[in-house]
Amino acid sequence: MASFVSAIWAILRKDIAAEWRSRQLVTAMLVFVVLVIFIFAFTLDIDTLTRRQIAAGVLWTTFAFAGTLGLNRTLASEGERGSLDGLLLAPVERSAIYFGKTLANLFFMLVVEIFTLPLYAVFYDMSLAQPGLWLVLLLGSWCFCSVGTLLAAMAAQARSRELLLPVLLLPMALPVLVAAVRASSAFVNGLGLEYAQASLNILVVYGLIMPALGFMFFDFIVEE
Amino acid sequence: MASTSLDRKPRLLQVLDVLSALLMLGAIYMVFFYAPMERVMGQVQRLFYFHVASAWVSMAVLIVAAILGIVYLIRPQHKWDIWAVACIELGLVYAFICVTTGSIWARPAWNTWWTWDPRVVTFTILILVYLAYMLLRQGIEDPQRRARFGAIYAILAAVTVPLTFFSIRIWRTLHPVVIGSGDPSAQGTFDMTRPMLHTLLFSLLAFSIFGFTLLWHRVRLGWLADKVEQLRMKALGR
Repeated sequence: MASFVSAIWAILRKDIAAEWRSRQLVTAMLVFVVLVIFIFAFTLDIDTLTRRQIAAGVLWTTFAFAGTLGLNRTLASEGERGSLDGLLLAPVERSAIYFGKTLANLFFMLVVEIFTLPLYAVFYDMSLAQPGLWLVLLLGSWCFCSVGTLLAAMAAQARSRELLLPVLLLPMALPVLVAAVRASSAFVNGLGLEYAQASLNILVVYGLIMPALGFMFFDFIVEE
Repeated sequence: MASTSLDRKPRLLQVLDVLSALLMLGAIYMVFFYAPMERVMGQVQRLFYFHVASAWVSMAVLIVAAILGIVYLIRPQHKWDIWAVACIELGLVYAFICVTTGSIWARPAWNTWWTWDPRVVTFTILILVYLAYMLLRQGIEDPQRRARFGAIYAILAAVTVPLTFFSIRIWRTLHPVVIGSGDPSAQGTFDMTRPMLHTLLFSLLAFSIFGFTLLWHRVRLGWLADKVEQLRMKALGR
């Protein structure tokens, strides 16, 4: 168990270190999110009240697209440099690679969220001082990354990988998005926990089932 | 399976062909002439029998596909993959029939072609999920890897589709629950009379047997396509 955790930690640290040197991925995700915020703000030219009502939907759509960008790179970059073989040869459990990659993706997604949330607060007139909203962001991103890493590992081995991932991921991640939007919307509009409870339950269930499936299946996906 | 038995259509399959044709004709007859006209919705309610039957077939074969996925991962044999693909293709077709008939019915009953009801959205997402399955398979050359990824994806899909349903269900629902207790706020619900129940059960039977016959045909097609591929490899190798 200790070696499993340390393997996860090693992979997470490796991915963060690699990203810290190039800063390509997070920068691209950040610029993308800022662009999408602007595009939404211009195309949905609406009054303040409606803007506030749709804020949660815009928030999660943007994060989901940005997350897809990040997920696309997670295993593709390993493949390009040929380091995936090295990773697979390492004497660790394959599922540790899955969890390490999932946590790295979660980390990048959370970094992007932390940097862009103030922008949302300004443009969509949201209050950020809500622990409930942070919880939803953490849970929803975890769910999204846990299924996304699994599907990205499959898509990376297919012919049109960058095109394939969104098509595979978005319908699968729909329950996460619907529940996360519902829960965030409840917190943003100050409705409190009882309105978000059912959606949070869905997120918790999804966030437990998907990693469990990833734990079981990741071996089959990278098997050579 | 021996290659000689593939060339000729099995006896049982021929019987099933005839049987499903007769059953489908019988179901159409019952829907139009045996089942009484529903008082409020009128003729359009007759779609209900095929709508429910196609929903049932698509759900059943997609669940079977997920089970076949588990079987494949435990015991990777090519035949499970052929069966799973057949199941998913068939499930897609029936899901499409289900959504289309539902939409036609919804126009007079709910006064709209489309509504964001959990069941409607879930079925549409289900179609998208399994279309993505087809794309995933197309993108992978190696047959074993294709089968393995297909199996995993089918299992993931079987898990997310119910979750999609529950996540949207938190909204209110419009869809009538005809079998079992219904939500009083649902629109377009009705009490089934005995002939209606007979018609529904008969359509379920007819669609199940017809679905199985189609499935078998599709599996046979899968085997034959494999055989053609092998022959071509042989011919090219020479």
